[in-house]
Amino acid sequence: MRRNSNILKQIDWVTVFIYILLVFFGWINIYAAVYDDNHQSIFDISQRYGKQLIWIGASLFLIIGIFIINHKFYSFIPFPVYLLTIFMLIFVIIFGREVNGAKSWFEIGSFKFQPAEFAKFATSLVLAKLLSIYNFKIYKFKNIITITALLLIPFILILLQNDTGSALVYVSFIFVLFREGLSGNILLIGLLLIVLFILALFLNVLNLIIGITLLSFIIFWISNRNIKQTLIGVGIFILSGLLIWGITLLFEINLLESLQILLAVLLSSAFYTLWLIRNNLHKTLLIIGFAIISISFVLSVDYIFNNILEKHHQSRINNLLGIEFDPLGAGYNVNQSKIAIGSGGFLGKGFLNGTQTKYNFVPEQSTDFIFCTVGEEWGFIGTSSVLFLFALLLLRLIFLAERQRSAFSRIYGYSVIGILFFHVVINIGMTIGLAPVIGIPLPFFSYGGSSLWSFTILLFIFIKLDAHRMELL
Amino acid sequence: MINPYINRKYIIGGIVIFILFIYFIKLFAIQVIDDKYKLSAENNSKRIVIKHSARGLIFDRNNKLLVYNEAAYDIMIIPNQIENFDTITLSDILGITQNNINKNIIKARNYSARKPSIFLKQVSAKTYANFQEHIHKYKGFFVQPRTLRKYPMKIASNVLGDVGEVNKKTIEKDNYYKSGDYIGLNGIEKFYEKELRGRKGVELFLVDVHNRIKGSFANGKYDTTSVVGKNITATIDANLQLYGEMLMQNKIGSIVAIEPKSGEILAQISSPTFDPNLLVGRVRSENYQKLVTDTLKPLFNRALMAKYPPGSTFKLINALIGLQDKLISKKTHFGCSNGYHAGGLTVGCHSHKSPLNLLESIQHSCNSYYCNVFRTIVENKDYIKHADAYTHWRNLVVSFGLGNKLGSDFYNEISGFVPKASYYDKVHQTENWKALNIISLAIGQGELGITPLQMANMTATIANKGRYYIPHIVKKIEGRKDINPKYTIHHYTKIDEKHFTDVINGMELVVNGGIGSTARIAKIQDITVCGKTGTAENPHGKDHSIFIAFAPKENPEIALVVFIENGGFGSSWAAPIASLMIEKYLTDTIKRTYLEKRMLDGNLLKSE
Repeated sequence: MRRNSNILKQIDWVTVFIYILLVFFGWINIYAAVYDDNHQSIFDISQRYGKQLIWIGASLFLIIGIFIINHKFYSFIPFPVYLLTIFMLIFVIIFGREVNGAKSWFEIGSFKFQPAEFAKFATSLVLAKLLSIYNFKIYKFKNIITITALLLIPFILILLQNDTGSALVYVSFIFVLFREGLSGNILLIGLLLIVLFILALFLNVLNLIIGITLLSFIIFWISNRNIKQTLIGVGIFILSGLLIWGITLLFEINLLESLQILLAVLLSSAFYTLWLIRNNLHKTLLIIGFAIISISFVLSVDYIFNNILEKHHQSRINNLLGIEFDPLGAGYNVNQSKIAIGSGGFLGKGFLNGTQTKYNFVPEQSTDFIFCTVGEEWGFIGTSSVLFLFALLLLRLIFLAERQRSAFSRIYGYSVIGILFFHVVINIGMTIGLAPVIGIPLPFFSYGGSSLWSFTILLFIFIKLDAHRMELL
Repeated sequence: MINPYINRKYIIGGIVIFILFIYFIKLFAIQVIDDKYKLSAENNSKRIVIKHSARGLIFDRNNKLLVYNEAAYDIMIIPNQIENFDTITLSDILGITQNNINKNIIKARNYSARKPSIFLKQVSAKTYANFQEHIHKYKGFFVQPRTLRKYPMKIASNVLGDVGEVNKKTIEKDNYYKSGDYIGLNGIEKFYEKELRGRKGVELFLVDVHNRIKGSFANGKYDTTSVVGKNITATIDANLQLYGEMLMQNKIGSIVAIEPKSGEILAQISSPTFDPNLLVGRVRSENYQKLVTDTLKPLFNRALMAKYPPGSTFKLINALIGLQDKLISKKTHFGCSNGYHAGGLTVGCHSHKSPLNLLESIQHSCNSYYCNVFRTIVENKDYIKHADAYTHWRNLVVSFGLGNKLGSDFYNEISGFVPKASYYDKVHQTENWKALNIISLAIGQGELGITPLQMANMTATIANKGRYYIPHIVKKIEGRKDINPKYTIHHYTKIDEKHFTDVINGMELVVNGGIGSTARIAKIQDITVCGKTGTAENPHGKDHSIFIAFAPKENPEIALVVFIENGGFGSSWAAPIASLMIEKYLTDTIKRTYLEKRMLDGNLLKSE
């Protein structure tokens, strides 16, 4: 076969080149972040940069391995790999080692390994396999259940390991599902829920609920252009409200005002639906649904935030939203991280001259907060270059994914895009105060073998698939 | 097959570009536009370590050490570095209660969780050594060396002054001082603070998030070394001071001794006094409270701040003014019939021969004689009004350094009180008051308020025959050729030098005149002591016992005042004590041990 002879020509060298740049620049920054005068040799394997060098070297072998293996192999393995990963995820909960409060590590000798990192890869494969089945219709109820189950099982298992960051990465699969035909409304609903979530924390819940109710009537009026019907609706709502209020008074039930409004909306909706039964039911139901879901969501956010979330979680969210300012408490990490990046200025302080990152003002400066070192030592030039490289990589991958003839490769490609994008957005976002502090690494940059290897495997399997795109259907 | 959702790649690509572009803008904002992060970074990673300078030492005029420094150690903490530790052991090591440990940590945390603050002040070298052995068990603790004052002779607490932490006001006024710095609060320590304190140094370090020092900042470019304070030689004679304090124990009052030919203060005692070591270190605040609330007011420096009527010692001044104005002469005689009687007014006197001349009037301290002298002065026909004559009199009195601050090197010196004519205008509600209205001034009573320092200076001035140097307490400052020139300029009274001879001869008789002399008890063999007793009437209790003296007559080396509150006659306590002081200073031995014993044992504090 000619396959082996021309594979080097088929490889997308642009992506490989960006990968090399990112890994190299990442390593330089790990060196700077943990540098101290006593350990200057770059090969000092007692230091993190020395270890990272070993892992980079090992990645090379991984890449070679990925290229040697027949490309068809990857479309056969998804389910076994997925099952294996699920077992490992269960296993790690029982036998794993706890690091930073998350029980997500296997430790065999000096070798540490985090199954959650590989779960992303396994899930990507299995999702690609499932969605690429001929004539697969994403909107079928049965299929939605299957997809949900496939994503939810590892998500919950990782959550049980107390590794919230890695679990949230599963949100990124929405990209894939969207590309493969998931209704855009779901994205809009997601967006709506985020907005409501933030508003629920900012505003008085009662006001917000009254606002949502008013908004529903306005939408109803706009969509119907029928003032009479709208007024009838309002009338029914007010009557229901009075009814519920009267009942609570009569039976001396102690009920929150917001719950009373929710009940009033429910009751009036029921009346209204009965009354409207022959009319424009579909649209009206949608609006009623909007109102009920929004109000319930706001109430539950309020309840969960105040009664279920622990104090430090509340503080983190409040700090992110700027409701609370506590630079020495929950906001400490982010504040220090912003100071480090901000102090870099336009040109940066120069290689190894950072004080904020080197002297540990920034936490986790070689793993989750590695971007701070970039910001401090290389300045705006450095940070914007890194952003640019990631943007280039992601757009390149979209381009690659779209040129696949096989649905499996394309879907897998979008999984890679989604995962990388989520990591980049959350990781960089948290260092500059635009995203919550979720401990996930910056792809190819952050210190750590598991993360480097899993991103490398993730990416290079796609490069391998791409190299064989003409042979795959 | 055409994929129906192919256009969604644009949406996905658009989201990627959109979010990364927002990040790009945000990075530009915090890295290029906003400067506040650069400042925060500097404050974050720089630590300024103050290197405290040791204060200068203080010696007496014979180079005897009065004040030195002893190392003490402040135990510091950085609250958020503290890890769980065994409070029982720590309370054993440091000798404080567990309750206090917690309280101090909370206090420090309230100040700052990241910055170091003092956990326990001024522990001894021994405690420090013990703690140092265990310090590895106490994360977040470290030790900062300081120096504390030590007083080997335990004397002259009010002269030397104390050292304490600066207050907020001073910090605001003078940016040299930072919270926790020490500053002289009294006496020499305060007046010569700038010389004694030296100069603090700073060292800038780069620190990591745990405040651990990582290296020097900019290779020490901005560091400054600390400079040790200058040593000071005081004018006091430690042995004389010590002896005076011993003589004054169980008595209230003051002794001030001056070397007439230089104005140097040889001894300055305010009694009751206290051990200066009480106001050092951790016991300071507790002891300070005790001293402040003590009803005998040991912190009140009577030598500089107590206003006393000079009593009969003031007759010398009136005699000199009478001579100067040619209203009397050596031969002027006045009679005395157990007092001065005029217009229904009587100033009593004891029985002695009558009439007497000037010298005898001093020898016997005749009240009647000086009432006559004073009346002559105030009723001087050269002046139209008595008030004008009085003002003239007052000008001459003030020229002895009375009624105004002398300008010594003590901040707490007061001016005393010699009333102006206008004062009497107000008191008598007329400008036409008569000499008899103020006749008590003749014998140093009435409104006169003179401090012991002023009285000592007055004595030295008489010994010098009319001139004086401003009394001062510092003889030499290390590294400086001269002291403040104002202490080497002669001040002259408005009395001609020739008039002093008669008065001095009178003073000689006070001690050496035999029968009838008021202070025979002060006589010292082979030394001509000139003196004058005083017994100041005290409306609140027993009379004050006063004695001023200088010796030897021909070449005065010491002039002093002894003031004993409620000591009765000048001759009962003040004169013997003054005499012992002179003997001690001039001969360094005491031959009259019986007298010494009586004075040392005398207790005027016993309640009746």
